[in-house]
Amino acid sequence: MQLRIWNRNVLVNWGVPIAAVFLALVVGAFFLGLAGANPLVAYRSMFYEALGTRYGLTETVVKAVPLLLVGLGICIAFRTGMINIGAEGQMIIGAITGTAFALSFPGLPAPLLILFSFLAGFVGGALYGFIPGILKAHLNVNEILTTVMLNSVALQLQFLLLRGLMMDPQERAYGTGYPQSASIVEAARLSRLIPRARIHSGVFIAIILAVIVFVLLWKTTIGYRMRAVGKNYDAAVYGGIRVKRYLVLSMVLAGGLAGLAGTIEVVGVHYRLLDGVSAGYGFSGIVAALFGQLHPLGTIPSAFFFGALLFGAERLQRSVGVPSAMVHVIQGLVVVFVVSSDYLTKRFLQKRVDVGFKRLRQEGVAAPEELPLQGRSHE
Amino acid sequence: MSEFFQATVLLGLLTAGVRLATPFLFAGLGEMLSQRSGVLNLGVEGIMLIGAFVSFFVAFESGNLYLGLLAAILAGAFMGLLTAFVSVTMKAVQGISGIGIHILGLGLSGLFFRLTMGSISTMRGFPRLAIPILKDIPVLGRVLFNQNWMVYAALLLVPISWAVIYKTTFGLKVRSVGENPHAADSLGISVTRVRYICVVIGSIMASIAGAFLTIGQHEAAFVNNIAAGRGFIAVALVYFAKWNPLGVLAGAFLFSMIDAFQLRIQIIDIGIPYEIPVMLPYIVTIVVLALSTRGRVLGPTALTKPFVRGVHT
Repeated sequence: MQLRIWNRNVLVNWGVPIAAVFLALVVGAFFLGLAGANPLVAYRSMFYEALGTRYGLTETVVKAVPLLLVGLGICIAFRTGMINIGAEGQMIIGAITGTAFALSFPGLPAPLLILFSFLAGFVGGALYGFIPGILKAHLNVNEILTTVMLNSVALQLQFLLLRGLMMDPQERAYGTGYPQSASIVEAARLSRLIPRARIHSGVFIAIILAVIVFVLLWKTTIGYRMRAVGKNYDAAVYGGIRVKRYLVLSMVLAGGLAGLAGTIEVVGVHYRLLDGVSAGYGFSGIVAALFGQLHPLGTIPSAFFFGALLFGAERLQRSVGVPSAMVHVIQGLVVVFVVSSDYLTKRFLQKRVDVGFKRLRQEGVAAPEELPLQGRSHE
Repeated sequence: MSEFFQATVLLGLLTAGVRLATPFLFAGLGEMLSQRSGVLNLGVEGIMLIGAFVSFFVAFESGNLYLGLLAAILAGAFMGLLTAFVSVTMKAVQGISGIGIHILGLGLSGLFFRLTMGSISTMRGFPRLAIPILKDIPVLGRVLFNQNWMVYAALLLVPISWAVIYKTTFGLKVRSVGENPHAADSLGISVTRVRYICVVIGSIMASIAGAFLTIGQHEAAFVNNIAAGRGFIAVALVYFAKWNPLGVLAGAFLFSMIDAFQLRIQIIDIGIPYEIPVMLPYIVTIVVLALSTRGRVLGPTALTKPFVRGVHT
């Protein structure tokens, strides 16, 4: 009996969002058709490119790494009730600080250099997350708006640095002026896992962090308190939790993880800071986390799936001539469908609770009249 | 630097400021209506992008600017229905679903721009329409009464919104649905219908704001991501305005003047990198938000809370 309920709930919890993504792809097919492509051919080529070839598979993982890291931060922030849309900006700042460290101390031994570069990236992103966190906690400033604004600021800051202070001296010497930094030394780079592919050891770091975030959120007091704040703010206040502290902490951690994603893109993939290092991962990571049920471990397969989607969509341009903006269309649809489907899941679970109480009442057992189900997640 | 403060320059700055306030007014007043009914429409930026592209595309192909505007209105209504369906009927978390709508709008406008036009084309937008007599008032005449008709329409919408919200039955319904949907429901007001209407009207206005960015300009053109965060600033503006149309007017001018100012320092070279003035509006938005939430005025009580009969949240 116990097992059956569990199974059914798991089925609903995962089945509904998967169905939602499927529906989003169906609606996406309509736009692919409008774009003059055969949707089936386009989707097949998308997933074949991303999952069916050795190169595609490795690139999918390369894209999944920042998605996972950003997604983990989103899990923490959203679970604490902070809708952090600023991962893109936090990632840029993390990429800047991480690169700056790696460029400033090229003489350090490799393990230290990498470790401290990561630390610098984490701190940079964390500080950038701290701003909206503290503004929300103490002045009740809407964090969605501040994070969106900070994204734009970070982007300009990156341009500013790449055209000035951090521009590759060679670019300046040759007068080409391409907005990118000098490349980091060999010692600062993450090792590549297989020859002729960009897949790097950052994958393991991301997966280990997913486990750590899971433990943090579900096996520690801090995590419990953060989730309590997110689930019911007033009850958390009443329960004596210092809610402001946890609101800020969640943003600091979320920013830090996004910053780490920025650094990993530099030390694992590009080996230098360049224009567009964040590449929209800050937004896609939100989508990945939502699809992963805002669960750190669920975000692992979800990040992989969206990595495939991103890479496949990039290839659409070449394979079937559909502009890569298509990936935004699909992502937007996925968010809209997944967030909407939440209600169906909730209603289903509520119905089960109602039926259970009805039976209890029939059997003459006292049961509460009404028990509105709390949000399964992010509310 | 000294020429910067000359009268003619200042006059130009003010004129540009009034013009640039238009998209903030359309989108901000629309967002205010939506929020007054209890729905946070965060997709404004994406809807603006769609409005900007659709209006320009239709106007460019047909040669008729009004047809372009009509297309933007239809597209805005469609996006509004989608937004309302997601946040009212499906009771989605509005902060997140709005971001979904934004990404969708960004994608759709970018995708169809690449597919249909591909490169940047330009055309003449709505011409200036000087208002007789009024245009001859010194300073004010040039700044206020020598703009195109969309600017006048946006300014007229301020008193109209005020009257609708505070002086009509519909406005009363909207406010009651946003403050206490359960009470409104018990009085026979359809919370769902009121919210749908407000979200759709708000989205149409956002789409018109987008259209202004293309066909409302003297030299109309569409480029990717043309809204550049103005939609989000419009949402921020509603908080700053404390959900009051006159506040929206003040906020729209504050931000449009900053916008005009930063565009101006980008053009005249005063020795600072252009990224710094570009950052200015965003930073000011954050500062203004931080300062404006200090007061005791809170927004509509039911803002972002989906309505379920019998379940009080």
